[in-house]
Amino acid sequence: MKAVFNPGDAVQVRRGSPPGHIRTPFYVRGCKGRIERIAGEFRNPEELAFGRFDAAKTPLYRVRFQQQDVWPDYNGNSGDTLDVEIFEFWLEPSTADKT
Amino acid sequence: MNKQQINETSPENAVPSTYYQFMEISVRELLIEKGVLSEDDIRQAVEAMDSRGPELGAQVVAHAWVDAQFKQSLLHDAPSAVKTLGIDIGPLQLMVVENTPKVHNLIVCTLCSCYPRTLLGLPPDWYKSSEYRSRAVREPRAVLREFGTEIPDKVEVRVHDSTADLRYLVLPQRPAGTADLSEDELAALVKRDSMVGVTVVPEYSC
Repeated sequence: MKAVFNPGDAVQVRRGSPPGHIRTPFYVRGCKGRIERIAGEFRNPEELAFGRFDAAKTPLYRVRFQQQDVWPDYNGNSGDTLDVEIFEFWLEPSTADKT
Repeated sequence: MNKQQINETSPENAVPSTYYQFMEISVRELLIEKGVLSEDDIRQAVEAMDSRGPELGAQVVAHAWVDAQFKQSLLHDAPSAVKTLGIDIGPLQLMVVENTPKVHNLIVCTLCSCYPRTLLGLPPDWYKSSEYRSRAVREPRAVLREFGTEIPDKVEVRVHDSTADLRYLVLPQRPAGTADLSEDELAALVKRDSMVGVTVVPEYSC
């Protein structure tokens, strides 16, 4: 399965709240970030959690967020960042300009 | 020792109190009964887990400090690099992140307690606490300060939330004044907390 996104691409995390075993933290849903790297392909944990061990492998990314974009009242420095591992089906292209 | 103390301190006599404890015991007994595992297999696995400390992680860090080429391959492909040291990390998807004068890395698993156990041993209780897990992503500099770690304003704090298949190890900065130390002496300076990123390796004075 070819990865849809490349390092540097602007992405936005889907805003869904499906039931089940979700590895996308709630606090980054809806947030915009950039692909830091393609971390490989792994079986979908949302399927594995229900014993479906032959679940298809799906690309996993490390997505880098600016802390200020995640927490509007972030009390650290403006350059501080947060890297989170997110599966491809949780990501959408974002319209943010490349920097 | 009274009966209550025996119940609390000995796994054999522990009285299960939660659903998950009952389930663990039931599954364990079934696996033994059906011959999938023996009691001895389980005991050995628990002992191996308990005996592991952060020594292997420290060994990896010290080698990266003295061998620039190894460091590059460690940052690029940690599982392959670690293998060249004769360390077997099994299927662990290790990723090493480097502290530099510009970036300080901090590791957390907000969803549970993912941790590179093969290299660092069992995670400390605070790493598994809901307080650390929620605050490390929300106010990392305040958390670091509580560990006695003040990161200068000009340095970026980069938090890694270990949410999926990767496990993280921080490569701390080598302290000044350590040019004459052997690799083993360097490894002795590297403590668990500095490889999680809540502390830095302190300045060296002999």
